[in-house]
Amino acid sequence: MTLSFFKSREGILGAAILALLLAISLRFPAFVAPSNLASVFNDTAPLIILTLGQMAVILTRCIDLSVAANLALTGMIVAMLNTMMPELPIPVILLIAITLGALMGLVNGLLVWKLNIPPIVVTLGTMTIYRGIIFLISDGAWINAHEMSSSFKAFPRDIVLGLPVLSWIAIIAVIGFVVLIGRTSLGRAFFAVGGNPHAAVYTGINVGRTQCAAFVLSGALAGLTGYLWVARYAVAYVDIAGGFELEVVAACVIGGISIAGGIGSVAGALMGALFLGIVKNALPVINISPFWQLAISGSAIIIAVAFNATSNRAKGRVILKEAEHAT
Amino acid sequence: MKLFKSLLAATAVAAVCIAGPAQAETKRIALVVKALGIGFFEAAAKGAEEAAKELGDVEIIYTGPTDTTAEGQIEVINALIAQKVDAIAISANDQDALVPALKKAMQRGITVVSWDSGVAPDGRQLHLNPSSNPLIGNMIIKLAADHLPDGGDVAVLSASATATNQNTWIEEMNKVKDNYPGINVVATVYGDDLADKSYREAQGLMQTYPDLKAIIAPTSVGIVAAAQAVSDAEKAGQINVTGLGLPSEMAGHIDSGASKSFAIWNPIDLGYSATMLAYNLAAGNAEAKPGAEIPMGRMGALKLDDNNEGAMADPFVYDSSNIDDFKDIF
Repeated sequence: MTLSFFKSREGILGAAILALLLAISLRFPAFVAPSNLASVFNDTAPLIILTLGQMAVILTRCIDLSVAANLALTGMIVAMLNTMMPELPIPVILLIAITLGALMGLVNGLLVWKLNIPPIVVTLGTMTIYRGIIFLISDGAWINAHEMSSSFKAFPRDIVLGLPVLSWIAIIAVIGFVVLIGRTSLGRAFFAVGGNPHAAVYTGINVGRTQCAAFVLSGALAGLTGYLWVARYAVAYVDIAGGFELEVVAACVIGGISIAGGIGSVAGALMGALFLGIVKNALPVINISPFWQLAISGSAIIIAVAFNATSNRAKGRVILKEAEHAT
Repeated sequence: MKLFKSLLAATAVAAVCIAGPAQAETKRIALVVKALGIGFFEAAAKGAEEAAKELGDVEIIYTGPTDTTAEGQIEVINALIAQKVDAIAISANDQDALVPALKKAMQRGITVVSWDSGVAPDGRQLHLNPSSNPLIGNMIIKLAADHLPDGGDVAVLSASATATNQNTWIEEMNKVKDNYPGINVVATVYGDDLADKSYREAQGLMQTYPDLKAIIAPTSVGIVAAAQAVSDAEKAGQINVTGLGLPSEMAGHIDSGASKSFAIWNPIDLGYSATMLAYNLAAGNAEAKPGAEIPMGRMGALKLDDNNEGAMADPFVYDSSNIDDFKDIF
């Protein structure tokens, strides 16, 4: 059991993360202080939440490129609601954010399910549409720190049992996903649909509906993150989280979730996101030229993927041992 | 949309035709902006009205397209030519596309100056820059130094490593940093004008340089993100975030104390100066040629360089004493 864990993708990734932390600590020892690691985790929380949603989508052989735009649009809407109705309680805002995000995910899902448009095309389109809508509703103006109510901004920062709420939400999302993926029929259906859609149909799974459900899930998490993001950085504008969808996909890929669908685990997604989060947080403190930073993040992704590809390669299996020697 | 714009232009013509001939000898100066309804330009119009009041015999026509397109501005310019205004002061949506229309205006004897966002030299008599690179470079380090009488470590948070304007300002800043003894520029980091990356870079600066006294961010995204990072680290008051930002975006951070002051051009002064320049050229009080100094009322005089361009003034400093007056403007 232990040996197989170290040989598994998750085990290797875990070792890579530890090696990365060790290398960083040689240059900047304060980085591995527990308080700093907690803040790195907190900073990575939005990426973790989105990576989980993206994982569900990728498992079903789809991809959701609209998550960052969904996040930005939901963030802008809740920020505008907050400026108009500052007394709106936080649970209501959370509910609105999740619902809005889920609706935007549903749009993607329905287009993929009912119209059979390739997911990359659908989400590329909705990505631009959602960004465009932010511009329309905000007129390109920013919602700034002083326009948001203090309770709106404080929620993700509130410390509960030593960690900020933002971190707790990521932890809850991870636990939720472990249960969903491992213990529910929907979670198993994600794997079935991605692993072999034809076989899935024969087992009575509606492929389109499962994919749609994955998009709704991803959208709902993006919506939730939208509020958290805007509250954390205390600013909402058209371009927030620009390019973040690629980071989310990269985290999935690093975490060993197969772009071809059907393969992946919550632990992998979590570690993929953590790996990227650590790299992103370490680069500013280890004094590397900004021109190198992009190259380093990019190389990390490629190395991880190359590693996965080699370990993923299906080993041929001899099924008729006797026949081999028969002649 | 096209029809709407033509209608709008036509209405503008009609309005001015009715209002215009009443006082034949007043100078009519058109302040053409990138688009109507933008706080920054509304404030510039306020400055133009101030100049008009000071001059007495000036009527300001504040106009512009409904969206920031060169086509829209060309229609507006053509309408203004038809109205025979005395001067056009324009903030251009496109450096080159407006040149033919503005040339036509100049051929009809209309004075043309550009301000804020310039027009190619062929299409205007002079261009008024809100400030100049050396003035900005000096201002951003001065903002940090003003609150550090005993000196200290400061770091720069820029946009992307390839942003020309940012790099020029930082270069100009480094040229004059020796004039501020004790101020030690320890690092330059890049937030790529993304709120989350800028926030993370600011956090990194605070970790790497525990004695950091100020973060200079000459970018509106960076300054807001850095101020938020400083507030979140509960270092407001210890670390002063300064640089270039907009009052509407920075008001909260001035209140929280994360930023003591920051700078940006003052749109009111800009509108005022553009009007003064247009008036002086139209009235024949001055001629726009390289080396000339053209008076602009309370803002002093504009010294023109070889391209007939000049810089108005130092960026205007905003702090807790004046932020409330400007935060609703732009």
